[in-house]
Amino acid sequence: MRRHPRDPVEVAVTELTVVQAVNRALHEAMRADPDVVVLGEDVGVNGGVFRATDGLLKEFGADRVLDTPLSETGIVGTAIGMALYGLKPVAEIQFLDFIYPAFDQIVSELAKLRYRSGGQFPCHVVIRTPYGGGIKGGLYHSQSTEAYFCHTAGLKVVVPSTPADAKGLLLSAVADEDPVIFLEPKRIYRAVSGEVPDGDHRVPFGQARTVRDGTDVSVFAYGAMVPPSAEAATTLAGEGISAEVVDLRSLVPLDEAAVLASVAKTGRAVVVHEAARFCGFGAELAALLAEKAFYSLKAPIARVTGYDTPFPYALEHVYLPGPERIAAAVRDAVRAN
Amino acid sequence: MSTTSARPQSEPASPDGLSEPRLLGAYRTMALVRALDERCLALQRQGRIGFYAPHAGQEAALIGSALALETDDWVFPAYRELAVALVRGVPLQAIVDQLFGNADDLVKGRQMPNHFSFRDQHFVSASSPIGTQIPQAVGAAMAVRYRQAPAVTITYFGDGATSSNDFHAGMNFAGVFRAPTIFFCQNNGWAISLPRERQTRSATLAAKAEAYGFPGVVVDGNDVRAVHAAVRSARGRAVRGDGPTMIEAQVYRFGPHSTSDDPTRYRPEAQVAAAREHDPVARLKADLVAVGRLDEPGDARIWEESRAAIAAAVAHAEKAALVDPLSLFDDVFARRSPRLEEERGQCAATLGTPSRSP
Ligand SMILES: Cc1ncc(C[n+]2csc(CCOP(=O)(O)OP(=O)(O)O)c2C)c(N)n1
Ligand SMILES: [Mg+2]
Repeated sequence: MRRHPRDPVEVAVTELTVVQAVNRALHEAMRADPDVVVLGEDVGVNGGVFRATDGLLKEFGADRVLDTPLSETGIVGTAIGMALYGLKPVAEIQFLDFIYPAFDQIVSELAKLRYRSGGQFPCHVVIRTPYGGGIKGGLYHSQSTEAYFCHTAGLKVVVPSTPADAKGLLLSAVADEDPVIFLEPKRIYRAVSGEVPDGDHRVPFGQARTVRDGTDVSVFAYGAMVPPSAEAATTLAGEGISAEVVDLRSLVPLDEAAVLASVAKTGRAVVVHEAARFCGFGAELAALLAEKAFYSLKAPIARVTGYDTPFPYALEHVYLPGPERIAAAVRDAVRAN
Repeated sequence: MSTTSARPQSEPASPDGLSEPRLLGAYRTMALVRALDERCLALQRQGRIGFYAPHAGQEAALIGSALALETDDWVFPAYRELAVALVRGVPLQAIVDQLFGNADDLVKGRQMPNHFSFRDQHFVSASSPIGTQIPQAVGAAMAVRYRQAPAVTITYFGDGATSSNDFHAGMNFAGVFRAPTIFFCQNNGWAISLPRERQTRSATLAAKAEAYGFPGVVVDGNDVRAVHAAVRSARGRAVRGDGPTMIEAQVYRFGPHSTSDDPTRYRPEAQVAAAREHDPVARLKADLVAVGRLDEPGDARIWEESRAAIAAAVAHAEKAALVDPLSLFDDVFARRSPRLEEERGQCAATLGTPSRSP
């Protein structure tokens, strides 16, 4: 344990990876509240295929850690029922790519229960799921389809990129009153470890994080695209380009104020995501900037994204945005006026 | 629709039982698949292929069922069925090329290993999401009947898949429309870490067929003849217009779920050892030895030949070219849209390659 350097109050910290931070948050949430239950495929005995739920079964027992049959509809549908009755289920979908059997339960039910019941039946389910490429998972172990969920009113969508945020956002998700889609960047599950505050550390939704200050251009990213964006910014600094990197952390609700403030300062925006470009989350950010920051813009908004193809296997490295593609887009944006 | 298929010459079409020469052929394929598993697990550990899902313990179910099919039948597989493709005449090289995802791979390096597509052998493109192929097989069977073709469809899936939405939708449609289809469930005891008892309270998986209004049969999946006979009989029913059948082949998954899995976390080694006592490959070998069709030197030769064929295919696959990066933009649609052309150009510029369209 160490002291967290940025924290004014002295808080003990532990060095964890992203997946360990998720695991830690689940342990703490379950210890704090007996209504929190975990369910999903292989989450019990096996501790999750990525080990995110490791140790939960042992500590909390089979009544609270449910290894379910192979049915995402069943997982989300029963989680909804538990939540309606007052529990706080945290469902795991093994890969975001396998969430679609539950899509009906999520978009037709979970997202709309509060609204359609006139507020009588709010439904707070947290759905955790690993997403994104970079593990050679081909079409069905790699996708980033956050936009489907962002497009559905009633769902909150959050994406941590650091161990501290993984814990802090997950604890906020469990404490929230609304359904939350919690997207875990599996590519960086174990890539880096970082200091995670001990105890009830919560990161509020709707607050972006400035990863690196800059004055020439704003780079907006989330999840596994934050590290390559930061790497690009480091490279660019060596060329005299000052790039600000903003980690959105929460897509719904979106920290509009932070996005607009950054662009008001820099006048240029580059949006990075690994999801396909067309109708991706970057389109929403570009629209926001066009609507509310038009007169600050000195260059066209650039998007660095996955291509509008399915996610490939052998060509994953071509598909995924990396530091080079991000840096190239930033240079173009800076040269554009 | 193409109906050509290169069935190996040692396998004459449509006998109702497995003759001894065909059994020896089955044994050769079983040995080849077992040896391929061993090789591929090593290749994955060495980082030469990215992933592998092994078949050990399921060879008799796979090969016995495939031998009961006809050239014009269609197969809707999951990801653990390359043995079926081999029986249907897919060359070993095509399988190994897919595992490497090289330029010769028929799916152009787009899918993870084990996710095959073999149009010529009516082996339909495999996907990762569990159960999706099941209603598709039923639809194809409805189309078979519409065309009045003398064929059936068969879909392969696991015990875990019987919990999926698509399994139930497929079973229900098949019953309602009396589709000429065979639901071939390989109950290997496990869905990653979940034992079969955690999928259903039903005494058997085959029992589910009854509620959908057609027969479900349980067969010893380690017995290649029993599997063959069950599929042959289901096929006969389907072709006669008597509708679908579900077959539950009881087998055991000797290895990990895949190269990403560590089964020691959830099942005792003793259980695996006990299951290995019923090894389908050893069992068929013993049968062939007992009737004088095979002896030890002959057996050793089969394994040697298998390993040599695999080594040659792997060497060839590793020498093949890498997939063309710009092929990323092909086959999204029948023709590249203007948008994809633009992205393709941008991608080429990023890679520093010429982007002139082929
Ligand atoms: C819809 C869906 N959910 C989850 C998964 C992850 N997953 C891959 S294989 C598997 C278990 C499949 O078990 P079974 O159907 O018995 O087939 P087996 O692997 O034993 O051949 C799971 C849960 C998936 N591929 N698709
Ligand atoms: Mg299984």
